[in-house]
Amino acid sequence: MAIWIEEDAKVLVQGITGKQGHFHAGKMVEYGTNIVGGCTPGKGGQTVELEGKDFPVWDSMTEAITATDADATVIYVPPPFAAEAIMEAAEAFDSVKGEGIVICITEGIPTLDMVKAVAYVNNRPGVRLIGPNCPGIITPGETGGAKIGIMPGHIHAKGRIGIVSKSGTLTYEAVAQTMSINEGQSTCIGIGGDPVNGTGFIECLAAFENDPQTAAIVMIGEIGGNAEQEAAAFAAENVTKPIVGFVAGATAPPGKRMGHAGAIISGGKGTAEEKFEAFKKAGIACANDPSEIGSVLLQALKDAGLR
Amino acid sequence: MNIHEYQGKAMLREFGVPVLEGVHCTSVEQALAAYDNLNSKVVAVKSQIHAGGRGKGTLYDPQTREEVMQGGVKIAFSRDEVETYSTNILGNALVTIQTGDEGKVVKNLYIESGCEIAHEYYLALLVDRDNKSVLIMASTEGGVDIEHVAEHTPEKIHKVIIDVNAGLLGFQKRDLGLALGLSGISLRSFGKSLAAMYEMFVSQDCAMVEINPLVKSKSDEIIALDAKISFDENAEFRHKNWSQLRDLSEEEDVETRAKETGLSYVKLEGNIGCLVNGAGLAMATMDVIKLYGGEPANFLDVGGGADEEQVKIAFSMIMEDPNVKGILVNIFGGIMRCDIIARGVIAATEALSLEVPLVVRLAGTNVEQGKEILAASELNIHSANDLAEGAQMIVSLIGGDE
Repeated sequence: MAIWIEEDAKVLVQGITGKQGHFHAGKMVEYGTNIVGGCTPGKGGQTVELEGKDFPVWDSMTEAITATDADATVIYVPPPFAAEAIMEAAEAFDSVKGEGIVICITEGIPTLDMVKAVAYVNNRPGVRLIGPNCPGIITPGETGGAKIGIMPGHIHAKGRIGIVSKSGTLTYEAVAQTMSINEGQSTCIGIGGDPVNGTGFIECLAAFENDPQTAAIVMIGEIGGNAEQEAAAFAAENVTKPIVGFVAGATAPPGKRMGHAGAIISGGKGTAEEKFEAFKKAGIACANDPSEIGSVLLQALKDAGLR
Repeated sequence: MNIHEYQGKAMLREFGVPVLEGVHCTSVEQALAAYDNLNSKVVAVKSQIHAGGRGKGTLYDPQTREEVMQGGVKIAFSRDEVETYSTNILGNALVTIQTGDEGKVVKNLYIESGCEIAHEYYLALLVDRDNKSVLIMASTEGGVDIEHVAEHTPEKIHKVIIDVNAGLLGFQKRDLGLALGLSGISLRSFGKSLAAMYEMFVSQDCAMVEINPLVKSKSDEIIALDAKISFDENAEFRHKNWSQLRDLSEEEDVETRAKETGLSYVKLEGNIGCLVNGAGLAMATMDVIKLYGGEPANFLDVGGGADEEQVKIAFSMIMEDPNVKGILVNIFGGIMRCDIIARGVIAATEALSLEVPLVVRLAGTNVEQGKEILAASELNIHSANDLAEGAQMIVSLIGGDE
């Protein structure tokens, strides 16, 4: 078990013929992800070569899912077209099989496009959106596994720590920290740094709590909004597994966007201090520095009798 | 991306929101001509800068730092007053609660007709992260700091959340207007203005439209007396007119240039330059520098796929800041390989003949090759194994210089 994505999940790539999509599709195949083809409107019937093997391309997601019974799709479509790609995937999964996971890597999608896309996905309860502007999701296997996104596969190993984060490279940092104490990962999810996105912290925490493979959780937030505070309140009531937390942006000046569209302190709200406080109040073990995540996690595991 | 009040009002007028007659000026002569043409006994002389709190701000001579005048927004009752206020504002630095101590030199003025105000309201449209939709906020407490209202009398702020599929509905406009105590003509006028503002918000990809105050005139008309409008930069590709609206003099030059090369840079006050891949890690790097007693000079995210050339550009941007006394490079190589970063660092160090201490922390893809490349170079580059060690190293290296 893992969450949402099993090791052998069948995965489609939207934008597989584009530069980014093609490059990352190759990396996913190399890692062992069960890529079953891709979708690029206007290029249906063609094939794409990845790691010496040919993969089919469809014109539409409905055709692609019907043909492959895919479990998930990953989107590398440029920002002007990405929201529509999300909606196409959501509708296709909903109508063909009633469920599916849509992972959108694209950075720079207009916020109002995402407002529409998220409402559209939410009208199809069997469909889950992860991202956009995120590294994706990975469920490491004994050998290979399902890497769906842009994260470096080789730093991961199968294990019992669930990781959820708004940031890409900071997630890799957290992965490296679990490895430094000889722990692997059940599933790692980047939920993305945009103000309007799909899956949030709370859904990830709930899924990790219910996942027998996951023993403890690392949650990494950043300034802006109050998703971390709400997640902390949820965790206090509903999560029994140990959680280790970190929030990036303690030194960020108010009113300035720090790289991510959503990473901004507005009206004095959404500060790292506020979020760390919410974490501590909820009994989450906080790391002051990402390099401490490993040692704080080790202590949390020991305290819970897991080491 | 922010625009000036005078630009925002032109846009509001275009969409059918009532605003007062006004003229954009860049000189005292233009301001006087505007006064002569407006045919209004009373006019507002308004500093145009991209920051709030103008009315309560103070103008200083940018060279001598001597105080020139209190208030960046003045009501003028005569031609002489227009001349005095315009002279005091143009070319001087306006310091408000949002500008920092430096303030912003005012280059643009807006001369606007007066109006008889019956009541001042607050109105804002923005994207609400919690509801993942457009939110309209209104309050009877206009013309004051809305954050103060939110903290002390939250019951005076009324909210409407828009269902993106249904759009702004008639009853929502009425409910909000009634909550503000409007009726009859003013209620209808409010509904019309609100519909126009929502249409503008959506079609122009606004991030925020804030009207503070929105006023009811003595003749019961609803008028936007101020306009603070910002756009969602992600949507720039479908708004060709934004390049004309953008006032580059209001933006940090180096931040604008960084964006053009695909880098994300924010200048800070400290003396340790940072070069990091990924926004979250870049913030965390700043935090850890601070944690170990240093002060970051900037936020700089080179992105996931930066190449040797971008690393070089990033270095030169950091070095433009005269405060920088040392640099910490923190790269977690995912897609980006550490050996490429190491080569980029060496090329940049040589090209810029870097003299300040440099600490490099590499992790991830091809980290061993990256470290070997750095170690083999003749340059004075300190290598750290993790972020905490890197931060401690650069802080102590800088301390040693003092």
